[in-house]
Order: sequence, then structure tokens, then C-alpha cells
Amino acid sequence: MSFFARFAQNRGALVGLIILLVIIAMAILAPLLFPESPWRMVQRPFLPPLSQDGFPLGTDTMGRNVASGLMHGAWVSLLIGLVSTSVALLIGVPLGAIAGYYGGIIDDVLMRFTEFFQTIPNFALAIVLVAIMQPSITSIVLAIAIVSWPPVARLVRAEFMSLRNREYVEAARLVGQSNTTIILRQILPNTLSPIIVLASLMVATAILLESALSFLGLGDPNVMSWGYMIGAARTVIRQAWWLSFFPGVAILLTVLALNLVGEGLDDALNPKLSRER
Amino acid sequence: MVYARLIIMRLLKAVIVLFLIVIFNFLLIQLAPGDPAAILAGQAGAADQEFLNQLRERFGLDQPMYVQLWRYVSGIAMLDFGYSYRLGVPVFDLIMDRLPATLLLTGTAFVLSLVLGIVAGSMAAARVKKPSGSLIMALALVFYATPLFWVALMSVVVFSVYLGWLPAYGLYTVGAGHTGFALALDIAKHLVLPATTLALFFMAIYTRMTRTSMLDAAQQDYVKTARAKGLKPSIIQRRHVLRNALLPIITLAGLQAGQMVGGAILTETVFAWPGIGRLMFEALEQRDYNLLLGIFFFSAALVIVFNIITDLVYSLADPRIKKGAA
Repeated sequence: MSFFARFAQNRGALVGLIILLVIIAMAILAPLLFPESPWRMVQRPFLPPLSQDGFPLGTDTMGRNVASGLMHGAWVSLLIGLVSTSVALLIGVPLGAIAGYYGGIIDDVLMRFTEFFQTIPNFALAIVLVAIMQPSITSIVLAIAIVSWPPVARLVRAEFMSLRNREYVEAARLVGQSNTTIILRQILPNTLSPIIVLASLMVATAILLESALSFLGLGDPNVMSWGYMIGAARTVIRQAWWLSFFPGVAILLTVLALNLVGEGLDDALNPKLSRER
Repeated sequence: MVYARLIIMRLLKAVIVLFLIVIFNFLLIQLAPGDPAAILAGQAGAADQEFLNQLRERFGLDQPMYVQLWRYVSGIAMLDFGYSYRLGVPVFDLIMDRLPATLLLTGTAFVLSLVLGIVAGSMAAARVKKPSGSLIMALALVFYATPLFWVALMSVVVFSVYLGWLPAYGLYTVGAGHTGFALALDIAKHLVLPATTLALFFMAIYTRMTRTSMLDAAQQDYVKTARAKGLKPSIIQRRHVLRNALLPIITLAGLQAGQMVGGAILTETVFAWPGIGRLMFEALEQRDYNLLLGIFFFSAALVIVFNIITDLVYSLADPRIKKGAA
């Protein structure tokens, strides 16, 4: 069976993929459909949804267009989710690979370091890091990456430990390949499928984290994000529920879609495991 | 005594980790924007150089870095977290003042999520490949994907604003003057929404963990033996599968519980719950970095304490550990 056929066998994964494509389309179409900045006041504030043409989701406390904010926010969520996951992979994969390949004292030291970061409560650390570095896209990406790399390191380490004594690795050693070459060209390609599955789930978690940070007022002050929209509407929840409702649904659907896609990838990349389940 | 050695090793490790977190915290304070003396002076309304120098001297900010680090570490060892720059009150007092509310909230949410998660997870495990089992897992996935603060806000809209069943803000009704049982009932009512919304996300995690753990346990030989003996499936599920599946759940739940402190920051912010999470939000809003980092250290310490307790519960619950160590 082809990769996609296996993926599509999981109906949830297919639904997730469709939702995800819609959200990516939202992010791409935002500047075309709503060329004006989502921060601009365009109507009177507290306009309920469906009450006026051009404002299908109403306006917020400052008279800004909620629909426009929602579309522009898609871009920020996806961007931060992808970039922070990539940075987390850049930290976690080398650490895990070195620990798992060399073993011994190097492994001990690196794993204690990883455990240390796993002990610290994730969300509290992310808050402190962004607050100290001052809120910006860069600081948010860094903070999310710093709190989310440990599981990557552990996964890659476990894979390397189980692969490092395989025959093809021994063969590469006999041929005289350097450790770096063996790590990068022989073992790493064989660990890619679990890394891809984990990464897709990490993008989802990163989006949740970003929204929670923005909700607390730690978002980049220059970009409109879903978490900010909910946070800004928190105090007027009694008068205007829709201001928090729609961005929340957007976060929920995105995170749900990414999780479904992750499960589908798991089925498609590890066919044996998922059949046993 | 094997058991005593286990505890001592565990405590020693905890002390080392705490020490590292203190150093990490100190570095973060150094990186924090703004000169603390300038902030303090700004609060006092005067900012001439002489006054700044006086403040620096009083708070030891004129000392070399290693002296400051030593003072910070030895201070924390004696539970002195320094002062809140904005409120002028010791950070430790502020935290202690707010701790009971947070423990009440996270404790309730922890028990709630663990019990409901194990029930839902074992129901799902008993109904693999049936629609009802899939429905439970689908719901768990939705709760897992829902932002905590959003569920909190929406529950305020539905249960407090629209239905009017439950209070949405605070720990108790201010000015009602309840005492004794009436006060306990009042607090319990205020607890329902925050604890439930905080529990939902963790319930989703525990549901998935319980299902996986039970499906793993169901593959074991003793389960096959029990089945071959002709025991009823419901008895096998309860006595053989669930009992053995519970141990890994306890361990994982203990690790996850640390994240609950983080979740409490969001829940307490939405429900104006007067705990350390809300205090952290206030510290953020006022850029009170010393208070912020004090709470951060404290929450990390709470997580470590919680992990030790889980370890001990685990080693008490699993007789194999004692045998293995002896």
C-alpha cells in the first residue's frame, strides 16, 4: 500500500488534513480578503455577529473586525507552531543522537541535563522566559522550543541506542566511516518516522502554548493572534461572548486537526505497530 | 534499610535539582529588564543618583556578582525570596498567603481528573473497536485539544451568565459573612467551575494513558491464563487488567501533576481564584520580576515534592520494587 493510502485509511486523519488545509488557506488568503490591518478600528465596538455586512463575526471592544483578526491570527499560530517545533528539533535531535550513540558518561550528563528541563514546570518556565526576554515572536518561539525539546531528545536517544549495534552500522564502521557520518547518514535516516510523528504533535502543543501565552498578555504586541483576542475579551465575557468564542474554536480545530494528522502519520509510517493496537 | 536509602537518594537528588533551579533563577533575574533600584526609586517617586545608590547599597545590588549569588542562594535556603518590588512585601509571605487556595484547586482537580480518567479509560479499553469506545476516545481528544482558558471562559458564559447555576469569580461570596458549614458550602460552589475546567484537560490525558496501559496489561500471560480458566471477562478486567495497569498510570500521573500548577495559572486568572497562579498573572501585569521568579521557583519546588510523593506511593504500592532492590 502506498503511504497516502495507508494514511487515508484512518478516516480521522483525513478529516484532520482537510481542516488543516482550510486553516492554511485562511492564513494565505488573510491579506487578500482583509488587506487592512486587523488592528484598525473599522466599525463601532461590540457589533454582534451577522448583524452587518462585512463583519460576519462582529467587532471587538475597540471596533476591530473579528473575522479579519481570526484570518490573520491563523498565520501567526501556524508560523509559531512550525518554527518553534523546528527549533526544538534542532536542540533535541543532536542531543539525543549524541547521548544515544556514544552512551557512557556523555549519555549520563546529557540525560541529567534533559531531566532537569523536564522537572521544571513547562508553562511556568515559558512564561518567565518570555517575560524576561520581552514579548516578541522570537522570544515566544525560543521559549516554546526551550520547554518542548526534552521529549525529542529522549525519543532520538532511545532510537539511537537500539540501532547503534545493528549490522549495517557495524559494516559502516568497518569500512572506516567517521562517527559523524554514521550518525548523520546511517542511523538518523532510520529514526525519521517516529520523529515526524512526534513533531506533528509538538506543533499542536506549541500552538496551544502560544495561545496561552498571548492570552496572558505575553503575545507579540505587533501581531494579531487568537490567544490575544480571547485574552482581550476576557473582561467583557458577560457582554460579548462571541469575541472569545470564535478564536477559541479556531485554536481547538487547529490543534485537533494536527493531532489527527499525527495519528494518521503514525499509522502510515509504522504500519505494524498500529495494527497491533 | 532499603526503603530509607531510597528516600535519602531521592531527597539528595531533589536538593541538587533545587540548587540548580536557584542558580538558573538568579541568572534570569540578572537578565530581567530594568534596574531594580530604578524601579524601586520610581515607586518612591524620586530618582536622584544619591537615592539610587542608597537603594543599591540596601539591597546589595552594588556587590560583585558572586556575592549577590551567594546571598540569593543562602537567602532561599532560609526561605527568604526577597521583596516584591511593587508591593514592598516579602515574596515568601505573598506566596504562603495564596498557597492554600492553589492547593485546594489543584488537589481537587487532580483527584477529579484521575478518577474520571481511569473510569473513562478502562471503559474505552473494554470497548476497543466498538463505537462507544471510539466515542470516549474522540471526546478525550477534543478535551485534549481545547485551550484550558477558553473552556474556563465558556463555562462562565454557560453555567454562570446564561444558566446562573454557579458563581464564576473568587473563592467565596464577599460580604455574605458565611461561617462554618455555610462557608464550606459557599467555597465548594465557587470551586466547581475552576476545578472542573482544570480537570478536563488532564482527564483527557489520563483517559488515553489508562486505555493504553490496560490494553498492554491485557496482552500479559496471566490474563490469558485467567481467560483459559474461564473467568468472567468483567472480573478479568477489574482484578487482573486494571490492577496491574494502575501502577504505570500512577507514575505518569505524578509526572503530569506538575503541569497542573501551570494550568492553574490560566484557570485562576479566568476565575479570579486567589491562588499563586493568579499572583503570577498579577506579577506579570506589573512586571514584578522578583515576585514572578519567586513564584516560578516555588512552583518548581512543588513539582519536585509531588514527584517524590508519587515515587513513594509507587514503591509502597508495588512490592516488586522492594524485592528487586533487596
